[in-house]
Amino acid sequence: MQTHQNTVDPGEIAKFEAMATEWWDPKGKFKPLHMLNPCRLDYITNQIAGEFDRDLKTAAPFAGLRILDIGCGGGLLAEPMARLGADVVGADAAERNIPVARVHADRSGLAIDYRHTTAEALATASETFDVVLNMEVVEHVADPPAYLSACHDLLRPGGLHICSTINRNPKSYAMAIVGAEQVMRWLPRGTHEWSKFITPDELFELLRGAGLDPVDRKGFVFNPLTWSWRLSSRDLSVNYVTASLRPA
Amino acid sequence: MHMDNPRRPTILPDMTFDADIVIVGGGLNGSVLALALAQSGHRVTVIDALTETIRGSDAFDGRSYALALGAQRMLATLGLWPDLAADAQPMLEIKVGDGRVGTGPSAFFMHFDHAEIEEGPMGHMIEDRHLRRALLRHMAETPGLSRIGGTAVVDQKVTPSGATVTLADGREITARVLVGSDGRDSGTARRAGIRRIGWRYGQTALVCAIEHALPHGGVAHQFFMPAGPLAILPLTGNRSSIVWSETDAAARRIARLPEADYLEVLRPRFGDFLGDIALAGKRFSYPLELSLARTMIGDRLALIGDAAHGVHPIAGQGLNAGLRDVAALAQTLTEAARRGEDIGAVQVLERYQQWRRFDVATLALATDTFNRLFSNDNPLLRLGRDMGMGAVNAMPWLRRGFIREAAGLTGDLPLLLQGRQI
Repeated sequence: MQTHQNTVDPGEIAKFEAMATEWWDPKGKFKPLHMLNPCRLDYITNQIAGEFDRDLKTAAPFAGLRILDIGCGGGLLAEPMARLGADVVGADAAERNIPVARVHADRSGLAIDYRHTTAEALATASETFDVVLNMEVVEHVADPPAYLSACHDLLRPGGLHICSTINRNPKSYAMAIVGAEQVMRWLPRGTHEWSKFITPDELFELLRGAGLDPVDRKGFVFNPLTWSWRLSSRDLSVNYVTASLRPA
Repeated sequence: MHMDNPRRPTILPDMTFDADIVIVGGGLNGSVLALALAQSGHRVTVIDALTETIRGSDAFDGRSYALALGAQRMLATLGLWPDLAADAQPMLEIKVGDGRVGTGPSAFFMHFDHAEIEEGPMGHMIEDRHLRRALLRHMAETPGLSRIGGTAVVDQKVTPSGATVTLADGREITARVLVGSDGRDSGTARRAGIRRIGWRYGQTALVCAIEHALPHGGVAHQFFMPAGPLAILPLTGNRSSIVWSETDAAARRIARLPEADYLEVLRPRFGDFLGDIALAGKRFSYPLELSLARTMIGDRLALIGDAAHGVHPIAGQGLNAGLRDVAALAQTLTEAARRGEDIGAVQVLERYQQWRRFDVATLALATDTFNRLFSNDNPLLRLGRDMGMGAVNAMPWLRRGFIREAAGLTGDLPLLLQGRQI
């Protein structure tokens, strides 16, 4: 059992507590992620359960699975995975997120291995996982082919890679940049660069180029009436998610 | 499975809590919720101020419920129905009419027949004692469910990851979520600082069970009397449950009458179509009031049943509304747990409130309006509502809508009310 809290300077705890509260406030700065989270989790949990033959109705269905969450932030995906019994590594390139996520996991009674590192560094260290979660990251990286190749190397043969991003078309520009950043102010301006957005076909090509075998893609669709997100097989016009496998 | 990855023991986080969910209040709603949650894999503790001996008493005390079809499907899905079916009386027809002491139903009345909808009987009458006993038996047999009876909750605290309740004997029980199922005077809501809105109607419901000489044929009657509604609801055998309202003063006077005089007051109110009548159980009286909690949720807290919304029992919708809360909350918490969410997180509890809020507001408004409209002897209003009832009766599609509503088959139905497992 790792005891991360011992590595944290006690003087910093209060600050991290405040930041953790901010990360986990469903009405706060990360509101869009909280709204999207149940929908993302439904996709992730069902893909993992299907691929590894687990029953979500049982206790700790993901026991024995090692899962990497890249760009873990405050732990919005890492904590649910740990709660379902998985052995979770949360990686974030932003150093300040790590103690924040650790403080919250401790408070929730969850053992999660949070590290300030990158996919490339983990791959170089020959770490391997059953599942790599790559959610809302690929549109922010400088070299997507190299990054996805690292994701491939992090997977054991037969491992599952779940990757979500934003489509590139006039609607996604209107929704993700004008809507989310400029009108709703859900995200700080400059969070996204539209030119870095990737179409589903382009992402499938990138995944294949990295040696992965794409098996599924779905849209995340926002319904302004119910103010919630749902999965769609047809509408991948803005946010979407893919599942791919490293061939056994 | 990758055998090269030795299975590292992960913390089962909820083991740091005594239970996943603590339910305060062991009445019908609290008990059904406990069963629904435990059957879906949650660890549940019910804290009941009453002992099992009191809850399990099998003497018929005269109290019974009109269980809507959706609620009945839910009890069937939870495995309770085989224990209840023999003692449940199907309601095959509902007749609604205007009434006056000494006269029968008005010429205009509404008639709802279950043959008009394909789902079967629109509801069942079930005695309180049978429900209570079946629930106790199933709770005792359900793994992951424990019941602490005969002790009160005296304090509750919320921490960032859970809630703690303190019992009168000093014991502390911790859980991820606290559910208040402790009635319209909910201490759970009060301790959480949740205020209530509501008012009295100046009326009291008188409740009793009768035996009658003639068979009821599975027909339920609701007469709108000047003082308030009177319902005759069929129980098994030649017995019926009677619920009627009077002004507070009249009700106090009637409640004090000896049995024979009580029956003398009752008889002319619905005529002699059931033949000779006699009391079959105790008599009860309940002041009619509306009591709504300002919110159904708080920090790590959800309210269900009367703790959230005590409505006027005019349409017999109190228990059915409570069971709709139960179905929605059980499904919300179970879906959250299965996707790995913290079941006590505010965004999870908000989903429950959002699911229930419209129904609860509609129910409160409808029962309130209904009562104000029907507890009245104004001739114009009387004519108007008679014509209204006649109009509803003349329009089959509208009537079928009412039947489905009364049967609890409308709205965004939780799985349990559809008779499906979560």
